[in-house]
Amino acid sequence: MNLLAQQLVNGLFIGSVYGLFAVGYTLVFGVLDILNLAHAAVFTLGGLSAVWLVQAAGMSIWLAFPLATLLAGGLGLLINAAAFAPLRRRADSQFSGLISSIAMAIIFDAAALGLFGARSVRFPPGTVKVHVWQIAGVTITSLQVGIVLVATLLMVILTLFLQRSRTGKAIRTVAENERAAMLLGVNVSGIIAFTFFISSALGGAAGVLYGLYFDSLAPDMGRSIELKGLAVIILGGMGSIPGAILGGLAFGLSEVLTVAVSGTSNLRDAVAFTVLFAILLLRPSGLLGRGKLREA
Amino acid sequence: MEQLAHFYAVYGSVINFIGINALLALSLNVTLAAGMLSLGNAAFAGIGGYTAGVLTVHLKAPFIVSLCGGTLMAGVVGLLLGMPVLRLKGVFLAMATLAFGEVVRIAAVNLDITGGAEGLTGIPNITRTWMIFLALALAAYFMATLRRSRIGWGLVSIREDETAAACLGVDIIHYKVVAFTIGAMMAGFAGAMYAHLNYLITPRDFGFFIAVDLLVYNIVGGTRIWYGPILGAALLTALPEILRGIGVAAGPIRLAVNGVILLLVILFLPNGLASLFTRWRPAAAKAGRAERI
Amino acid sequence: MNLSVENISRNFGGVQALLGVSFDVELGTIHGLIGPNGAGKTTLINILSGVLPPTHGQVLYQGQALHHLPAHQVAALGVARTFQNIRLFPTMTCLENVQAGQHLTAQRPLMPRLLRLPSADREDRKLEERARANLVRVGLQDKASHLARGLSYGERRRLEIARALAFNPSLLLLDEPVAGMRRGEAAEVADLIRSLAQGGMTILLIEHNMAFVMEICSCITVLNFGRVIATGSPDAVRHHRDVIEAYLGSERGDA
Repeated sequence: MNLLAQQLVNGLFIGSVYGLFAVGYTLVFGVLDILNLAHAAVFTLGGLSAVWLVQAAGMSIWLAFPLATLLAGGLGLLINAAAFAPLRRRADSQFSGLISSIAMAIIFDAAALGLFGARSVRFPPGTVKVHVWQIAGVTITSLQVGIVLVATLLMVILTLFLQRSRTGKAIRTVAENERAAMLLGVNVSGIIAFTFFISSALGGAAGVLYGLYFDSLAPDMGRSIELKGLAVIILGGMGSIPGAILGGLAFGLSEVLTVAVSGTSNLRDAVAFTVLFAILLLRPSGLLGRGKLREA
Repeated sequence: MEQLAHFYAVYGSVINFIGINALLALSLNVTLAAGMLSLGNAAFAGIGGYTAGVLTVHLKAPFIVSLCGGTLMAGVVGLLLGMPVLRLKGVFLAMATLAFGEVVRIAAVNLDITGGAEGLTGIPNITRTWMIFLALALAAYFMATLRRSRIGWGLVSIREDETAAACLGVDIIHYKVVAFTIGAMMAGFAGAMYAHLNYLITPRDFGFFIAVDLLVYNIVGGTRIWYGPILGAALLTALPEILRGIGVAAGPIRLAVNGVILLLVILFLPNGLASLFTRWRPAAAKAGRAERI
Repeated sequence: MNLSVENISRNFGGVQALLGVSFDVELGTIHGLIGPNGAGKTTLINILSGVLPPTHGQVLYQGQALHHLPAHQVAALGVARTFQNIRLFPTMTCLENVQAGQHLTAQRPLMPRLLRLPSADREDRKLEERARANLVRVGLQDKASHLARGLSYGERRRLEIARALAFNPSLLLLDEPVAGMRRGEAAEVADLIRSLAQGGMTILLIEHNMAFVMEICSCITVLNFGRVIATGSPDAVRHHRDVIEAYLGSERGDA
């Protein structure tokens, strides 16, 4: 029982990071009907730049984290400017946007390799003071709690922002119907740029949290999460933010449980992708999605 | 003559890879021609390669039998996978095929018969350069001719407008499955040849990045004509060598160059480099009008 | 033997697009389908061409039920159509659009082409000639090697007709064939449609251009809110009380 509880708790932690990552993914998809495949690269750069800020610039993590997040947001603006905005007029903009995001991902990965080298790095010891608690036989560290809190906080802020603020409503309008939004006087290109900013900022934040959690960051850390992020947003329903959050949690839990049940980590990913496959075939709109099949 | 032999000694392996990659890129072109964003061909190559490798190593089968076995296995899996999956469109199809690819790769890592993460070793080096390029020439001829046939016209109609194509009598699902299966067999064949090239194949040879690479070859080269994928594969496979020749070492710069090329192509030459030679010139794209691939 | 629409109904979620639609189209005639916007005309064409299944009812063409068939099988029975918002193959030339439309009647087998047999070239030449002939019928022969998406609106409608004719259909469903055309262009299309009917083709067309409809149709069915409110000769329909009310009650006037 304790073991199960421990697994559930672990799954919750990693799941909240997945959820944060997936939220950024799904936000762009919801607004633009495009999959931004450079999201994982932003995730990587966000994490790595936080390490650099702490290590080389001697900043505290409390400063480095928001800075890295903002930096990631800036990368999002770059992605939009270079890869998506120029293609918006084209009829095949969804497909070509996909391809140009792949191009940006390759360029960002090259940048990560060039700036940080190929070996993996970690946050210097003492970056975060970690307390370990034992509650009902389950081990929880303050780091894990902190990660969940930060991730949850960001997701809650985002949800409130989208619901309540004017810009948030503008974003939802553009997501609903771009033409109508334009006719209503919404600055559509500005909103799209801003959406990319938020989405990539969240992705970068997820990267920092991921790096803190696993105590290891490398230029290829985006690889493993890239497909998982896709699986999560399919599971939760593309374009649905609550879906991404729930999907992330569910995914994290299923990963951890698979390892626990099978005793090996090899099959972990296989189960995940088989589930993804099954969902695509049976209910492509996901758990909370919009129920419509879309073209690339 | 001696210079030629020397050139081949140094660059023979790159030349072989160009041939294999061009074959793989062509295999993806069959489905791209119909507008399907399938990314499963790396996995089919893996299935073909492993099947052929196992036939040669464990069952001591002759090369031809292994080749056929690999191709057929890939085709059968393609057929079985295609029927449920081809109802999906666009990004969803891409993801389903990517997921499929990952499952295949993980299976290869975990099964004993495939040698696990280290791969299948001890495969005799039977493939020769001339074989690869003969196969490539035949495949290219097949693709060029396909466009003039009923199937070819049907596939392109599907890509242009599925509903209109259906109302003209094109059986969409049937044609998609046919294209998917042909592409799978071609990829399986290429994989089988590849397996007999370097004494071993590993799961990494057919993973996610290879799948994306094949798409990139097609985009950069151009999907609308048979030599587009070949052009893209040749250029991007040879590029690291060319860069090394002018002093750019492996690593970030080479990677960045790939990314920049892809970005420039999709922004300014959306029908690929081949469009420089055919009628889908950049002028039309600059006028801002639709270019669906 | 004709086209028999029997009690066709179609709802989308809560919206009843069509209810109990029944009428017959005699072979070799030009039958008009009119009604205010939103009356369900295009939905009906979608059902007739197999793009959409009906919720109830059946459609019989020359004795064969086609309401449950997928679009490509309906086409194989000799039914062709054009689309209200025009679905051409945008990056193909006009000629290629028509050649693509020859799918059901063109064998174009792969083997002879792989072997470069002269029969393959002969077939290709013949098919090209036929495609050009279709372009001549709609007056687009000069635009044969122009890309479809570069054509004017009226030209694109005409190209769609040429493509629909490419597999020699016996039933042609036209969705607003002369929308956006000047009188001269529309008159040419009218001539084309009349000559097709004279050749034995059955034509069902949707149009808002009243003068056009009244002039070439021998029988007209009027839809309003998904129901048939009248079927008859142009004169009968023109003076029908319900029809007048339906049109005066909506914003759509005569063309």
